[in-house]
Amino acid sequence: MTPTQVAINDGYAEKYGFHDAETSVFKTPKGLSEDIVRQISAEKNEPRWMLDIRLQAFRAFLEKPLPGWGGDLSGIDFENITYYIKPTGKTEHSWDDVPEQIKQTFEKLGVPEAERKFLGGVGAQYESETVYHKLREDLAKQGVVFLDTDTALKERADLVKKYFASVVPLNDNKFAALNTALWSGGSFIYIPPGVKVDVPLQAYFRINAKNVGQFERTLIIVDKDASVTYIEGCTAPVYSTDSLHAAVVELIALPGSKVRYVTIQNWSSNVYNLVTKRAVAYENAVVEWIDGNMGSKLTMKYPAVILKGENARADILSIAYAGKGQHQDAGGKVTHLAKNTQSRIISKSVSKNGGRTSYRGLIKVAKGCTGIRSTVRCDALLLDEHSRSDTYPTIESDEKLVNIGHEATVGKIGDDQLFYLMSRGMKESEAMAMIVLGFISEFTKELPMEYAVELNKLIQLEMEGSVG
Amino acid sequence: MNVLEIRDLHVSAGGKQILKGLTLTIKQGEVHALMGPNGSGKSTLSYVIAGHPGYEVTKGDVLFDGKSILAMPPDERAKLGLFLAFQNPVEIPGVNLGTFLFTLFKNKYPKGSAATYQKELHALLKQLNLGSAFIERPLNAGLSGGEKKRAEVLQLLLTRPALAVLDETDSGLDIDSLKIVSDAVNSMRSPLFSALIITHYNRILEFLKPDFVHVLLDGKIAMTGNANLPQELEKKGYRWLKEAA
Repeated sequence: MTPTQVAINDGYAEKYGFHDAETSVFKTPKGLSEDIVRQISAEKNEPRWMLDIRLQAFRAFLEKPLPGWGGDLSGIDFENITYYIKPTGKTEHSWDDVPEQIKQTFEKLGVPEAERKFLGGVGAQYESETVYHKLREDLAKQGVVFLDTDTALKERADLVKKYFASVVPLNDNKFAALNTALWSGGSFIYIPPGVKVDVPLQAYFRINAKNVGQFERTLIIVDKDASVTYIEGCTAPVYSTDSLHAAVVELIALPGSKVRYVTIQNWSSNVYNLVTKRAVAYENAVVEWIDGNMGSKLTMKYPAVILKGENARADILSIAYAGKGQHQDAGGKVTHLAKNTQSRIISKSVSKNGGRTSYRGLIKVAKGCTGIRSTVRCDALLLDEHSRSDTYPTIESDEKLVNIGHEATVGKIGDDQLFYLMSRGMKESEAMAMIVLGFISEFTKELPMEYAVELNKLIQLEMEGSVG
Repeated sequence: MNVLEIRDLHVSAGGKQILKGLTLTIKQGEVHALMGPNGSGKSTLSYVIAGHPGYEVTKGDVLFDGKSILAMPPDERAKLGLFLAFQNPVEIPGVNLGTFLFTLFKNKYPKGSAATYQKELHALLKQLNLGSAFIERPLNAGLSGGEKKRAEVLQLLLTRPALAVLDETDSGLDIDSLKIVSDAVNSMRSPLFSALIITHYNRILEFLKPDFVHVLLDGKIAMTGNANLPQELEKKGYRWLKEAA
């Protein structure tokens, strides 16, 4: 690790940046080929139709160019990545059965504790496979399905076959295609009609090895008038060489349902985080993406909602934090395909120590969709003059009678704000943390309390590293 | 004992000389008032005492309890027992006033319990005629002028500093609020508390009865008197002093 990389995030290294000795029961050789795709599928004993999808997606990946916009992807060395690592033989349903070293990792990350305290179900993915999965019994009895996606492919093939790649087509973009070819793990959730799950379900994604690719695939189907909150968290060790995380999340909100998807992404600053998240919302459904991007080297992620049914609503609330050497290219996309649909995008970004944040958003309205309301607001906070923030909003409307509002602000942390707080006895780092936490409070207050506390601690840690 | 000693202070900001040899000593237990026309340097003085980075001290010194504080950042000065009630408290959106106050309380009393804090806070809110919902508001953001001033006094009362500088805390207050704020400051008076009250108006001084009243003109103390001086000033205006000088 170079000295500059050590300086990026001192607090991170201690808390999340540790790594275990690499162990696995199976892994593919480095590099990418059709043969690797076949090996993964064979290892998983998959049905033929899934292998066909993988192979088609792989060809799409090869054909698609790297995106020419967004962040700098030239550092990704596709030949130096291990695309599949199977850490254990199977997915356990009791932490006691998870291999000690891996269990320790998740203990350190606080996952079993959170499960005991307030979660309705937990999945824990380590490298390519889910090592632990558990759903509270009362939820299972109500017909809630919460599995890792590999198991779902075996146990709920009907639903997987119906919805897999239905929201994000296998050739949607280069990294979605790569995910579809190599996918492994991820969460599968089905909530039956009318069932309201009032405790969050959570998955935690951990990369441990060096130069590894993680390609989890998440598929959530919320049936009529049902509701659920799903939370995902991610971390990785601090290495000097890069890893790749390219996930795909597909979310189907059937009529009258409500789904909230919360992400706290805190990858170490050597991870390329290139994720496609998309939801389709039918009439009267509500989809909320609550998206927190704290870590990674480069994130390109634009949670999307297709409002397909009348009166459906999309809410995309995101924060991005970019420190030294980090670029967060994030935002949101909403496509209004039905009348009287509503969308709101709020994006908050904080850049520090030369970090870069970009908001990239798209609001699209199809012809004939009247009664649309949409608001977009992006606020950027720069903590010093070396940092950068850009806004790339796009509005495409084929309909004249729409109500779309867009606001953007860029602010610097004010000397007067710092002075005011310091004159009350706060250290500069404390004062800065307080201002930043105030700035993102609109986001934090939407998180379960435990996560809000954790996020606040993270910001405080970051600010301590920034003043000296 | 001298709590605050300002010696021949020269200060400039943005290339402009604002304070030009200001000397002022405040002893323990004393309340001083500082008056003077707009632009005479009153707020500059309060900022320099508190340690705002935007001002350059070109000559002179500021001592607190006998030690120079000019090299100290604002937080260290606050820890010594210095408090500035701002003329225009800056808005910090999204920061809950209650959370902020608790941080101040914990900084001042690291061993203070949450229960002690709650008790103290509610007594102070009552004293300032503020409802308990007040602390759910954001720090200064969206507060009216009068509410901001009361929030400043609330912080003052909660942290009990050795020396408070009140920069036009009375400006923009209605008569009832002025009375409440004045009573609050009076309630702090003790042999261990000193204050410097910067104001344009005699009314607050009638409530606070300062031991000394100074007039700042063009960056220097032009006159020092007792509590009767403001009345004289109100009659004759600052021009009288300028002509006399």
